[in-house]
Amino acid sequence: MSRGAPITRRAVRWLDSRSGSAPFLRKTLRYVFPDHWSFLLGEVALYAFTVLVATGIYLTLFYVDSTKEIVYHGSYAPLQGQKMSEAYASVVHISLQVKAGLLIRQTHHWAANIFLAAIVLHLFRVFFTGAYRKPRELTYVLGVTMLIVSLLEAYMGYSLVDDLLSGMGLVIGYSVGLSLPFVGANLMALIFQGPFPGGPEFFPRMYIAHVFLFPLLIATLLGAHLVLVASKHHTQFKRKRSQTERSLVGVPMWPGQAPRSLGLALATAGLLFLLGGLVEINPIWLWGPFHTYSSTNGAQPDWYLGWLIGGLRLVPSFDWTIGRYTVVPNPFWGGAAFPLIVFGFLYFWPWLERKVTGDHAFHNIVERPRDAPVRTAIGVGMIAWVVLVFMAGGSDRVYVLFGITYTSQIWVYRVLVWVGPLVAAGIAWWTCTALQGVERVDGARHEAEARARLARARRGEGPPGDPGAVES
Amino acid sequence: MSRFRDWLVSGALLVVGRRPRRPLDDARRLVPKAPPNLAAETLVLLLFGLTSLSAIGFVLVYALDPPAQTQLLGATLGLALLFLALALIVVGQKLVVTEELVEEYPAPEHPHEQALVGELIEESGDRLTRKGLFKLGLLGAGGTLGLALLAPVVSLGPVFRVREYLTSPWRKGRRLVDDKGKPYKASDIEADNFYSAFPEGITETQKEAIEAPVLLIRLPESALSLPPELQGYDAGGILAYSKICTHAGCAISMYRAPLFQPDEPKPALVCPCHYSTFDPTDGGSVVFGPAGRKLPMLPLTVDARGYLRANGDFDEAAGPSWWGVRIWKDTSS
Repeated sequence: MSRGAPITRRAVRWLDSRSGSAPFLRKTLRYVFPDHWSFLLGEVALYAFTVLVATGIYLTLFYVDSTKEIVYHGSYAPLQGQKMSEAYASVVHISLQVKAGLLIRQTHHWAANIFLAAIVLHLFRVFFTGAYRKPRELTYVLGVTMLIVSLLEAYMGYSLVDDLLSGMGLVIGYSVGLSLPFVGANLMALIFQGPFPGGPEFFPRMYIAHVFLFPLLIATLLGAHLVLVASKHHTQFKRKRSQTERSLVGVPMWPGQAPRSLGLALATAGLLFLLGGLVEINPIWLWGPFHTYSSTNGAQPDWYLGWLIGGLRLVPSFDWTIGRYTVVPNPFWGGAAFPLIVFGFLYFWPWLERKVTGDHAFHNIVERPRDAPVRTAIGVGMIAWVVLVFMAGGSDRVYVLFGITYTSQIWVYRVLVWVGPLVAAGIAWWTCTALQGVERVDGARHEAEARARLARARRGEGPPGDPGAVES
Repeated sequence: MSRFRDWLVSGALLVVGRRPRRPLDDARRLVPKAPPNLAAETLVLLLFGLTSLSAIGFVLVYALDPPAQTQLLGATLGLALLFLALALIVVGQKLVVTEELVEEYPAPEHPHEQALVGELIEESGDRLTRKGLFKLGLLGAGGTLGLALLAPVVSLGPVFRVREYLTSPWRKGRRLVDDKGKPYKASDIEADNFYSAFPEGITETQKEAIEAPVLLIRLPESALSLPPELQGYDAGGILAYSKICTHAGCAISMYRAPLFQPDEPKPALVCPCHYSTFDPTDGGSVVFGPAGRKLPMLPLTVDARGYLRANGDFDEAAGPSWWGVRIWKDTSS
């Protein structure tokens, strides 16, 4: 093909002759995507991550990673003359003086919330459909790891602002770190460069972790996750006869899927910018600067940390001691053991399930939640556990709104978080088996009707395959 | 020059030209043929236009600095992205052919290659005579090298100096001052009120330490029931406790004086983070919530001129618990 060939052909030729990528491109463009909305949740997370990186880069151009104390002389009158860290002053500056700064900062914050929500929903989809089964355990494990890394990443971003609420969050995290048996104090001295609030290098370190190390880690995990997804191809629901464990039915990347995915990416970004512009989130200039000796009542963290606040609040008063040695300080249970159990469960679940079911087969067809009642029940039980602890973390709001005393609520939750999951699991199991029963009855009826129609047709009483005529 | 003309002509053709007839015959096409959809095409063009309008709106809002700028910036940029998203979704659903392809899954395993890889690795170690020792040596070398490379991490912070957790700026005779550095007199402390205090003469940075802030309250002496070892810690009913919760390190900022909550008749100090609740009448014991240790108490005295002074250090280590937090009593004088 020489000059005069269409420009697309020439571009492809140029690229292929320099990179040898035409065979790869051809295969990629015809990669088949199963057509089901629930497969888009992971994509939303990916696009939210892209928005986070883009808005985050903008914010780094203004943020100052220093806890050096200065006196505020900016445009915001209520903070005039207050002592605060350079970090907090710079975020107030971004929010109130940099043009478009507040939009970018709020979009960044919203994107973090939605990024984590999308990951969690994606995890639910993968869990309840059994998509993590062989040969995709590794993809799943990378995904769970990304969730943990992203939680820490979001927590650091929240802490870097150094407003009153973020400082309270930071000292709580520090206390949970201190509570790690045997090594907590040493570890926190290492990370914070001494006891709280730590040395002058702590904030710059947290900043590097937030804007470089952790994003790099997430991007690496994300890359590996996507490579594994593509190399094993997507799973699919069995909705057509042609969908089998051996062959995948769906829309090719090009031209069908690409505009839709790109549309979803832009829609995600558009929604995030709408939220960032129109719905206020974390108005940090109202909270004021953080000092170790100040705190405020009624503070609630971002949603993805709510379960840990609940966990910390629910544990009754005790430190486990042997003589003068404190083996397990209290915050360990709610702040460390609780998430460790939840993530440990998520990590080991695929192997636990295989051990019980003895299922070593390859699976490309995913199941509906009802197809695996025990898995669904256990999953629902775990969610109920986390959600109930999360709700316990909101008891103070319930007290303010409805006047139910805080202490009585906590006592109720201390029981409910153990009973509730069992009940929820039971209901889930019963629902699954009931749905299965309905399907069996329906299936049997359809079969019987088909047989009857066929028999009637044979006897010449009516046309076959016309259920309306038979039913009414 | 002619090259420039070529570009110009092809550019113009791209904009207004009609699709030239394809030389390929329909049977050989990769993407199946489908009739045009003029309505959808028009809609997409309209959405492209709306995207441009919103994007220009964003730049105008940015440049002109109107009131409610953040909201207008978010709305214009968000809408621009959403219009373009909608255009692409219409393209995906209505303008390009929606094919349904069947694709074979890749082979789940490659037994032949697996065998080859295994063989390669096994055969390459044939010349080794003491394989066990070799592996052990390699493990040792790798492990020690790994440790050596990790060692500089210790520079990050005083990982082995945990005594720093057990220091406190409070000394016998040190005056208590407020946030601005003004010393408290015993007469400044009123009942049913709540004061923050710091040791006199510390820097702003030292004020941020966990052990620095204390809270001051006044209770009728008859209401106190301090345990024997804390007898005399109060100064005529004025009590000083560490302001930092022993649970998770937040500042205790709520004092429930017996003014409200008829079901909770006793005064209490409450941390707003996880609602650990301490009883100030008996030396700071935990009455509710997760805290695992009592609130540290600072012994007080009043000097001849009426100023509040510390009469020693805390009875317990201040701040959240860690493995050595209860060694305090061995170390303090």
